[in-house]
Amino acid sequence: MLLNEMLLLGAVLFCIGVYGVLARRNGVLVLMAIELILNAVNINLIAFGAFHDNVMGQIFALFVITVAAAEVGIGLAIVLLLYRNRRSIDLDQVDLMKG
Amino acid sequence: MIAEHVAFGIIAAVMVASALRVVTTRDIVHAALYLVIVLAGVAALFLLVGAEFTGITQVLIYIGAVIVLFLFGIMLTRSDFDQDEETDHKRKFPAILTALLLLAVMIGALVDRFDDLKLDANPQTTAQVSDELFSQYIVPFEAVSVLLLAALIGAIVIARREEGG
Repeated sequence: MLLNEMLLLGAVLFCIGVYGVLARRNGVLVLMAIELILNAVNINLIAFGAFHDNVMGQIFALFVITVAAAEVGIGLAIVLLLYRNRRSIDLDQVDLMKG
Repeated sequence: MIAEHVAFGIIAAVMVASALRVVTTRDIVHAALYLVIVLAGVAALFLLVGAEFTGITQVLIYIGAVIVLFLFGIMLTRSDFDQDEETDHKRKFPAILTALLLLAVMIGALVDRFDDLKLDANPQTTAQVSDELFSQYIVPFEAVSVLLLAALIGAIVIARREEGG
């Protein structure tokens, strides 16, 4: 197997995630796109860990998974609060801090 | 060797197709279910290159916990299940352009630098991971556990319904 196969798949997933973050208006869908981005990062970490025959890639991927879980928890709590206050999770309407 | 390539090709094709559906489908629940396919594909890739512990953690944490959290989030924030809410921006062109430019730059850099490097997947056992994690990386490990606790308490405080008065 080639190293680049994994890295290119990671790049494609990352760009799909970036598109999702930019094009979506629903708060939950934006969080899902962020999960895609974090998984692309994990694929790269694991690929390089296997390439160098080193478990460090796995350990960093585990840290990323942990931080992603914390991020989803906080993110969904914020979306829930947004919905409770405004009856909508359309991110275009959240412009309170717009100058 | 051939079997590895074929397995990778099938997993990668399914993952990319599902990931595209995650960011394009208009049904939020379908997006969450397509995300399950992508996450399962990532776990399969981890197992394919011999990262067994991370692969199983991926299934447990992402498919087991994060997706359930997402489904709860969808359930709690949808006022009307039949209502066809707007999920995307009207003008998608800037987002498509940004993603494609980013992809072109990344593919160029990767092909330029990492072309023709072989990836020999030796299994990395759970024992190796735990030895490294609990010796050299014990401080980050403890820090990340405190972070998780803080995030848990923070999520409860943010999402808690305010008592009247």
